[in-house]
Amino acid sequence: MTGQNLTNLNSPAVVMDAEEMRRAWTRVAHEILERNKGVDNLALIGIFRKGGPLAKRLETTIERIEGAKPPCGILDISLYRDDFRTYQPKVGTTQIPFDIEGRRIVLVDDVLSTGRTVRAALNALNDLGRPSAIQLAVLVDRGHRELPIRADYVGKNLPTSRHEFVRVSLTELDGADHVEISKAG
Amino acid sequence: MTRRKDLIDIKSLDISEIECLLEYAASFKEILSRPVKKVPTLRGRSVATLFFEPSTRTRTSFEHAAKIMSADTYSLNASASSVTKGESLKDTMYTLDSMGIDAFVIRHPQSGAAELASRYVPNKPVINAGDGSHAHPTQGLLDALTIRDNKGKIEGLTVTIVGDILHSRVARSNIWTLSKLGANVRIVGPATLLPPDAKQLPVEVFTDLDKALEGADVVNVLRIQLERMTVGYFPTIREYSRLFGVSKKRLENAKPDVTVLHPGPMNRGVEIASDLADDKNFSVITDQVANGVAIRMAALFWLMGA
Repeated sequence: MTGQNLTNLNSPAVVMDAEEMRRAWTRVAHEILERNKGVDNLALIGIFRKGGPLAKRLETTIERIEGAKPPCGILDISLYRDDFRTYQPKVGTTQIPFDIEGRRIVLVDDVLSTGRTVRAALNALNDLGRPSAIQLAVLVDRGHRELPIRADYVGKNLPTSRHEFVRVSLTELDGADHVEISKAG
Repeated sequence: MTRRKDLIDIKSLDISEIECLLEYAASFKEILSRPVKKVPTLRGRSVATLFFEPSTRTRTSFEHAAKIMSADTYSLNASASSVTKGESLKDTMYTLDSMGIDAFVIRHPQSGAAELASRYVPNKPVINAGDGSHAHPTQGLLDALTIRDNKGKIEGLTVTIVGDILHSRVARSNIWTLSKLGANVRIVGPATLLPPDAKQLPVEVFTDLDKALEGADVVNVLRIQLERMTVGYFPTIREYSRLFGVSKKRLENAKPDVTVLHPGPMNRGVEIASDLADDKNFSVITDQVANGVAIRMAALFWLMGA
């Protein structure tokens, strides 16, 4: 933490730097391996957009720790959302080059909040097959759930007010690794 | 950017909107390869297809696209509806609007019919599926998607559109889509079948097929629309075929990797040689049909999804 008073911010404050992100995400990789007893029958699926690179990072870390890596895919959930309000939203392409039937799937995303994205992702996976189990890994859990959904693996719990924005930047997409929080408006 | 209510033509779209529709369609193609082709995006919404002209692929592909996205579809055939009792376009639109239909796909022999229809339903999307010789925007978009899939880009390509440009809404929507995306567009056909306003279009005009095909990356062969030809635009079908029919021999001056499109339905042996239409080294006609479904999903999502 930066030690600043988060409730009085107007400009973004960094709440996780690159090192903190790396350590938290490495811990999550260990937790996934511990819970699932290795990579057998395991698969990682990142939710488009930021979940993609985060899933890739878990794949790399898991391979380093375990000497074997689980298959990794990307899931686009645009067609499953119930909370679209913007014009011409960004849409990705689902790329899951393996059969999810009977696998243990770890869904990966950057921020967990209302749970609506995860709800959409569960419905999207349902159309692709029947996994034996689905778990959820997120870099940041900021609270404000609107659905009965929880994460199995959390990089950092970040209590926030509804008026604050949490933004995860990733080197692969944004050129740098950090998590920022800022006031609305 | 202000939200569009309708998709009437390509000419009025921004480049970013064209790019957005192509991007959606490229993404939605993945759904067509799934064992279960169904997503819940438009569940509980209804789409009516109103066709005042015959069609196989456009109508089926719109309805297939709507059904993949879980919308309910209703198809009105002008020849089997109250239109034959004299009901006007206006009353037809008012009736369907009052029933609670959420979106309309319209094909009509009169240019401007789709825009007119959209004024009768001020709060609901209308998609033009071909109005007279004016526009057929989803065809222009699916041709652009097919070209991009095959060539990796559109900017800088030379695209030759061959045939009856005068009556062709497909030609007009192709010209606008491809020129906005940076292609050099050529049109060629008998002088009687070139539009009088050709000089105002972003195209190079030819009347000699061999010159028009020189160095072409893509050839889009249009159907000879005998149903729209009320006067003699050319002496005989045979002469047309000899002068403007596209065959492998005629493609010798084009780029060696030239791609051939045809919007269908084909008059084999008239505007296109049958062996060329079936040769997968050149012809992408079946890709066009598959991309048509994805483009129509994109159009429905663009207007109804968000």
